[in-house]
Amino acid sequence: MSVSPTFVYGLTGLFLFVVGLGGLISCPQLLRKILAVNIMVSGVFLFLVTIGYGHGVIIDPVPHAMVLTGIVVSVSGTAVALALACRVHETFNMSDLLKRRTRSNDR
Amino acid sequence: MMGLLLKNDCWLIWPFVLPLFGALLSFLFKQRPRLPGLIVALLTTLSSGVLAWKLVRHGVGRYDLGGWQPPLGISLRGDGPAVLMVLMTAVTGLAISIYAGGYFRSRIAKVEDERRHIIQERFFWPLWLLLWGALNGLFLSADIFNMYITLELVALSSVGLTVLSGKPASQVAGMRYLLVSILGSLSFLLGVGFLYKAFGSLDLATIQAALSFSPPVAMAMALISVGLLLKSALFPFHFWLPPAHANALAPVSAILSGLVVKGSWYLFFRFWLGFLPLIGDGGNAVMAALGGAAIIWGAFQAFSQQRLKMLVAYSTVAQIGYLFIIFPLTGAGAGPAASAVFYFAISHSCAKAAMFLAAGTIFLQMGHDRIRDLAGVRQLLPITSFAFALGGLSLMGLPPSGGFIAKYMYLSMAVSQDRWWLVLLIVIGSGLTAAYIFRAVSHILSPKMVHGQGQVVVAPCMEWSALALALVAILLGFIAPLPLALLGVTG
Repeated sequence: MSVSPTFVYGLTGLFLFVVGLGGLISCPQLLRKILAVNIMVSGVFLFLVTIGYGHGVIIDPVPHAMVLTGIVVSVSGTAVALALACRVHETFNMSDLLKRRTRSNDR
Repeated sequence: MMGLLLKNDCWLIWPFVLPLFGALLSFLFKQRPRLPGLIVALLTTLSSGVLAWKLVRHGVGRYDLGGWQPPLGISLRGDGPAVLMVLMTAVTGLAISIYAGGYFRSRIAKVEDERRHIIQERFFWPLWLLLWGALNGLFLSADIFNMYITLELVALSSVGLTVLSGKPASQVAGMRYLLVSILGSLSFLLGVGFLYKAFGSLDLATIQAALSFSPPVAMAMALISVGLLLKSALFPFHFWLPPAHANALAPVSAILSGLVVKGSWYLFFRFWLGFLPLIGDGGNAVMAALGGAAIIWGAFQAFSQQRLKMLVAYSTVAQIGYLFIIFPLTGAGAGPAASAVFYFAISHSCAKAAMFLAAGTIFLQMGHDRIRDLAGVRQLLPITSFAFALGGLSLMGLPPSGGFIAKYMYLSMAVSQDRWWLVLLIVIGSGLTAAYIFRAVSHILSPKMVHGQGQVVVAPCMEWSALALALVAILLGFIAPLPLALLGVTG
């Protein structure tokens, strides 16, 4: 019995989702959490693209449109997360970086 | 052209498009974002009202965006529950907008660190209107992928609002809120993928009509449920909610607690109700157990808080529980259960928003919100104190208030279905709610005069808008047939 390629792709997508979830929960650093979320996103997209091939010879375009929209959403989400992570980093490293605080007070 | 615009089903897109347009407008007029913001808030409320009127007159509306039919196109569907939620958002949102106008004016007038307050207001209006539009889109969408998009829009804009206060605590809370939200949305999206795989359609009604049990469907239900539970902060997923809600600016706290939480709950309820034949008693009992735990745990946490806004935020954790203990009661027909739980949702929205607005006014006036030092607030801010107490009455479920009607419906259903443990839970929950509300109200209403704080710095419209919302929460106890008639328009 041969395993179809779509099955392998779909399973890889789910595997990536789980790996990202594990990273999101276990990594304490914010940047790693954001990267873990991005791995999860890739897993979901791979799964969605695979669905399009499931219905026979004709490729279903709807999941592809979903992935395109999803990419836009995930890029914006990542941007917000990174910006916020920078702010959190600035705020909470103050004890080590006293110089930065005085500089921001001057402004 | 005008005739086309005023056509029955076209009204569905106005509550969605107007706030998005307003968000752009208030972003462009960044020197004075308040005026376009308030005007658009008023217009959105009006269009939501007209939508409700059209629904009662003509029945359920459906609108295919751009004329494309499903499965390719995206369609909006306005049935009773959806339009009721849109109307709830409109009433609460208008009061919050008016409050926000006064709030930022008062803060800017206090001069110290004026620049920061101006920047906060500049970003508040676009984000808030974007959130409003996204919420309306979420309530009205008939397409599960569109629901994912609106969920993400709601999440991103509410995270932006959360961190607006600039406090270190709010930044950390906002970061956690964002990660939890993205995790919830991704889980939802994966579930959507499974559903599409199983049914070949994204239209929720089509899927529910073709429903049958299979492993992918079970997987989809699990993923969608967990994702939405994370976002609606049901115990034990509530950990992110209190710091995010309590450390935000006052109007933002009211928006998050009164409206945003309801968005993901609404989706959960719609999915769960449609898939009820597949779920069975076990799943419903799990939901009720989590809801019960939320009611008890949230109330104890609320009681032990030292800060007023934290108390109100933990009260939200507890009240979310009531939205989920309804599921075992759906056994004898979804109609009555839906009436009870939607009535609870709308009265909670008004009451909780009123309480957060009142707490924000108190914070601005006193410069702190430590509960034990709040004596004398009554003399300074009589209207605000009254609004806080009235909101509390509705949360406790004392007659005559919207909360009372909802709890009465819960209790009568529980009794008629012989679910005595649920009756006990609701009664204990109301008692605990009364305990923490009285703890806060007793300090606020105690007559000790404070010295050196005689000058009232808050704008009158802040006090009156909170009171108006609290009065709506009470009024819901008198006009129950109207919202229920709106809710009954389905099919």
